[in-house]
Amino acid sequence: MKYEASTLAVMIFLAIVAFVLFISYYFAKKSQSSDSYYKAGGNIHWAVNGIAFAGDYLSAASFLGIVGMISMVGYDGFLYSIGYLSGWIVALFVVAEPMKKLGKYTFTDALDSKFNSKGIQLFAALSTLIVSIFYLIPQMVGAGSLIEPLLGIPYWWGVIIVGTLVVIIVATAGMKSTTYVQFLKGGLLIIFSMIITIMILRNGINTTPDSQNGDYHQFVELEVISISGDNLVLEDDLVVIDRTIKTENYWYVVIPGDEYETIWEVDQEHMVLKETLFITDKADGSILYNGAPREEAQFFLVGHMSEVDGSSDTSTGPVGVFEFIQLIKEGTLVRWGKDVVHDGDDIITIFYQIETKGSDVLVPGLQFKVDPAKGATIWNQLDFISLMLALFLGTAGLPHILIRYYTVKSPAAARKSTIIAILAIGFFYVLTMFMGLGAMVNGSIDLSNSNMSAPLLAKGFGIFIFSIISAIAFATVLGTVSGLIVASSGAVAHDIMDRFLNIKMTDKQKVAAGKITAIVVGIIAMILGILFQGMNVSYLVGWAFAVAASANLPAIIMVLFWKKTTAKGVVASISVGLLSSMLIILLSQTTIDGIYHLVDVTSIVPINNPAIVSVPLAFITIVVVSLLTKKKDDKTETLAGV
Amino acid sequence: MEHGTSTEWVEDGASEYKAKLGVRMFIMFVIVYTGFILINSLNPKLMGIDIGKVNLAFFYGIGLIIYALILATIYNYLCTKKENEMAIKNQVNNK
Repeated sequence: MKYEASTLAVMIFLAIVAFVLFISYYFAKKSQSSDSYYKAGGNIHWAVNGIAFAGDYLSAASFLGIVGMISMVGYDGFLYSIGYLSGWIVALFVVAEPMKKLGKYTFTDALDSKFNSKGIQLFAALSTLIVSIFYLIPQMVGAGSLIEPLLGIPYWWGVIIVGTLVVIIVATAGMKSTTYVQFLKGGLLIIFSMIITIMILRNGINTTPDSQNGDYHQFVELEVISISGDNLVLEDDLVVIDRTIKTENYWYVVIPGDEYETIWEVDQEHMVLKETLFITDKADGSILYNGAPREEAQFFLVGHMSEVDGSSDTSTGPVGVFEFIQLIKEGTLVRWGKDVVHDGDDIITIFYQIETKGSDVLVPGLQFKVDPAKGATIWNQLDFISLMLALFLGTAGLPHILIRYYTVKSPAAARKSTIIAILAIGFFYVLTMFMGLGAMVNGSIDLSNSNMSAPLLAKGFGIFIFSIISAIAFATVLGTVSGLIVASSGAVAHDIMDRFLNIKMTDKQKVAAGKITAIVVGIIAMILGILFQGMNVSYLVGWAFAVAASANLPAIIMVLFWKKTTAKGVVASISVGLLSSMLIILLSQTTIDGIYHLVDVTSIVPINNPAIVSVPLAFITIVVVSLLTKKKDDKTETLAGV
Repeated sequence: MEHGTSTEWVEDGASEYKAKLGVRMFIMFVIVYTGFILINSLNPKLMGIDIGKVNLAFFYGIGLIIYALILATIYNYLCTKKENEMAIKNQVNNK
């Protein structure tokens, strides 16, 4: 896919940037105290805070990642939506009000409120930094990869622009400007996702997607008359096969063209050759898309249904919400598998067609191996349960989410803003299902970058909506990264410098320390963003959830609900949760394959998602260590008041 | 070092009620969420059965989100009601 920056996209992007700078400038003079810097003065209206929660939480991973994933693997992508939303139930019912009641600026304050322990101050701050950095990297990489296609400027510019803007947002007016940027972005994201969903339903489903992304590629098949050994005889004797590439499960042939070669998959069952898409990494370092340089735009968009309502050539016209799902469920879709092959010195990634029944797209299993009938082991099932556990328990342990509880006036306002957040985020996640499936059937998938499905879906409906969605995707990164930087700045300047090291500072100096930390963290984020370019970082967000669920949540829950909890128990639980979850992550098969790129190395850990082990371990640790270090004169009330 | 809480916190007298209610509603959600995860991981085929125009996977998944929204709204209603009751009680006592 070749991307051309549209003038409108650039203008809307610039308008958002101007607005963000205006907000920062406007609030800068009013934000001189540490109360103002760390928690926006504590007087944000709960409804504004609720939408800002949504803006904080719905990161690039939520919007681009989930829609992209649903467009590739259907229902399994939606499971992330369900897990991410469910996490808010823990936030609402268990932590919202007590967090507000007990803390001042950071979640470390709340954990430490009963103890005044140096250990808790240090370890909770470290945990905040680790979780926030895990979360920051994919946001920065997302920013860089978005700016390239959308504004037509290089990756590193994207990282630097986002980094600089975020440092301006945070260093001028701290939590106040961050709140309004998140409010704006959260609101826009939900409104425009709804508009896109309405467009999807009005458009209906066509077997040849009809969109403004240009004419949809017409897939052809070449009939095979006979196969003997590696020799194929084709019906069309003018077609010459240049060479054959075979893998364990698939057989491909290369056919020379007038300008570029094409690669076809041999479907022995139906005796046809099927078109593939392919990316060639040449030995000289150049990359070809369907045999041509990227600028030639030979790498077309995909995503269609081969059979709708019993017909292979039809257009449904506008459909209802349930009818849309029914048509997909009862039809057949063309999905794309991926194979990596060696062809001489070149490495070719081939995307081949997989005809998939709609009913299989709408159940779990295309991404997560869970069905024993399809070869899933008990470890695969536990791995899946572990992921869903991390998503469920992680939200209420994310420091950048927890600090938003200090921006409102009272615990009741904290609760109400959480409910607004749940309504907004829940509604958005329902829409992700329709946007993902919409991209899947409307020719909006760029196989070289699944994160682009949502913007490309919007592009199919017109350049205006595309420009807005692109600008919102950017604002999405800005909002989330600002929240992460405020959280990290609180951990360093407030938890560590002010409380742990007990450095005597005036209120002005505390604000200055916070701002300097924000600038330093911002620069680190930019460096990490550039270092991690091109790396598949989608699972880093999942890891951030797993680490937050393991290191922070057991400590939070036990401090609130178990009166025998001791400071040493909290420190031990955070350390064990942090170390065990990170150890499993670093030793997991996903990391070996995706980060270390080690071939033929099997992990000694049978799961990729650590929560199912590390969360219970952190709970056991806090109980055992607390009992061992308990003093006789402990208070008999729990902090939650139960 | 002095380290007060975020606001001058006035005990609303409803904290215990709210915390207990929160835990109960949390358990109500956990049961339904656990059911969802167990079906998805142990018997994914079951998710394919038809429910009207959609299937169980879609119905249960969207249903779970709506269930969360409903629980959250009820929780807020009950908490606000209790807070108001306690506020009136306090006013009467003060008089």
